[in-house]
Amino acid sequence: MLWKLLFRNAFRHTLRTLLTVFGVAVAVLAFGLLRTVVDAWYAGVSAAAANRLIIRNAISLTFFLPIAYMEKIRAIDGVQALSHMTWFGGIYIDRKNFFANFAVEGKSFLDLYPEFILAEDQKDAFMKDRKGCVVGRGLARRFGWKVGDGITLQGTIFRGDWPMTVRAIYSGRDRTVDENQLFFHWDYLNERLKAASHRRANQAGIFVIEIADPDSASAVAGAVDAVFKNSLAETLTETERAFQLGFVSMSEAILMAIRLVSFLIIGIIMAVAANTMIMSVRERMHEFAVFKTLGFGAARLGGLILGESLVICAAGGALGIAGTFPALRILARYVSNVFPVLDVTATTLSYDVLAVLAVALIAAIFPIRRVITVRIVDALGRAG
Amino acid sequence: MSSAPPIVDIRRLSKSYRRGSQIIPVLEDISLTIAESEFLALMGPSGSGKSTLLNLIAGLDRADSGTIRVGGVDISALSEIDLAAWRAAHVGFIFQFYNLIPVLTAFENVELPLVLTDLSRRQRREHAQTVLSLVNLEDRMDHYPRQLSGGQQQRVAIARALVTDPTLLVADEPTGDLDRVSAEDVLVLMERLSRELGKTIIMVTHDPRAARRASTIKHLDKGVLANALEAAVP
Repeated sequence: MLWKLLFRNAFRHTLRTLLTVFGVAVAVLAFGLLRTVVDAWYAGVSAAAANRLIIRNAISLTFFLPIAYMEKIRAIDGVQALSHMTWFGGIYIDRKNFFANFAVEGKSFLDLYPEFILAEDQKDAFMKDRKGCVVGRGLARRFGWKVGDGITLQGTIFRGDWPMTVRAIYSGRDRTVDENQLFFHWDYLNERLKAASHRRANQAGIFVIEIADPDSASAVAGAVDAVFKNSLAETLTETERAFQLGFVSMSEAILMAIRLVSFLIIGIIMAVAANTMIMSVRERMHEFAVFKTLGFGAARLGGLILGESLVICAAGGALGIAGTFPALRILARYVSNVFPVLDVTATTLSYDVLAVLAVALIAAIFPIRRVITVRIVDALGRAG
Repeated sequence: MSSAPPIVDIRRLSKSYRRGSQIIPVLEDISLTIAESEFLALMGPSGSGKSTLLNLIAGLDRADSGTIRVGGVDISALSEIDLAAWRAAHVGFIFQFYNLIPVLTAFENVELPLVLTDLSRRQRREHAQTVLSLVNLEDRMDHYPRQLSGGQQQRVAIARALVTDPTLLVADEPTGDLDRVSAEDVLVLMERLSRELGKTIIMVTHDPRAARRASTIKHLDKGVLANALEAAVP
């Protein structure tokens, strides 16, 4: 009976209610999208392994490290495996086709990153072809590449055209793995650098080490940095997670702005929903006086108003959450090169639900207070 | 005066309203008893305080001083929560403009006060059907208020007031918004409720024809009970 009353009252002014439901839906959709974009920014951090450390030049990432460091690093206690990567920064046909591409030491790199899943025959083909490359499934889909296709990257840091052949296409072990990257042999890069007597020959951007025990990360990092202390290229060793967070922190101001906007949106819709509830209850104040005359107490009246607010906000919230998934699919088409992992997480969904509940509660507080405190005779008098 | 024991006992009741810095007395030193099964009509000019007195007896408002005992309970001493519960159990209110809930059917409007009781759904249904048949509206149960005439809406309101079998039925100008025929129907019904079911009814009215249906008529003038006029009951 009271449920019927609650639903019928919620949709008494159909247009006003539908507009409010639409407003809540759009707000929840926008909130969900923005939160997902923030999550996507942290995707690299989420995908970081606890047992991998990154060694970089202590001055800056733009300064490289001598490849000769490898032998000393390998000898340090706790280091199980070692590889290296160099940011290549090549572009494919046009700058707008941006994607991450690295020169790597093929075998050790693939051993260190088991989250990149490759077919064995493709892996062998890659290892045998000095000009071969491995591309992510998303990247292959984006440019229509198949195994065996020849592609050319234009170097930006390392000038010139860099022809190579797609020898393998990897997929991610889980959804947090970026499938929009390209890896090719460092030997290929180094060979050309040496030929040109380039000062970056025999150097790598970063070293990646695998440690046996994640709890020993701090000790191993300290040991690595101690070895190269007072050398020409001092090192800074940190966990892969800290390394990825370092990138994210560069965009911290933008992320803060996105978070702020997402909460502002919820604040705005809170005001809209509160306005709807206040108007709705004010128009029916004499009815609430009748309820009070019949003996309905504060708890029941509060329940009726809060329930009505919840019905409207929950309808909007459900629509907004349902709309987030197709909206993200559309968004992903345009930003997959920047945000390779765009997934709505359980945390985002729970934030959505919490936001809806908060909006419903805040929107109901003022009308509930008014209904509870109004004198029956005053409210009945208003009815004429 | 009826020989039945008093069910409403009002002693030295006063009530005033504040308008800015001005205090306007509405009721002054009212003492009144109403017997069980009595049908009392309260008459008086506009602003005489009759609706205020009705609201105080029904527990909708608070007096400045004096006591109101209904069925032995001093309602002026009850807290807001207790007063709401007391109203739900002991008072049926009939308004001039019916005040039915527009999104509920006639049946649901009548069932509404029973939501506050411990009755099962089936029992609520039976009670609501019984009172709707008492007011001859069993064929209009599924109609919404907007689909009913004024007279029918007022009969639904009477059924809603009756459904909890309250100690008191209070009616504020129950025929004030009705045409003559519908008003007559409503008054006949209220008279039946008093005579046949022994309901105690307090009715505020301007209409002398309506007042003549009551067993007792009291006049209020400028907040004071002017005189008592016992109607001759045929």
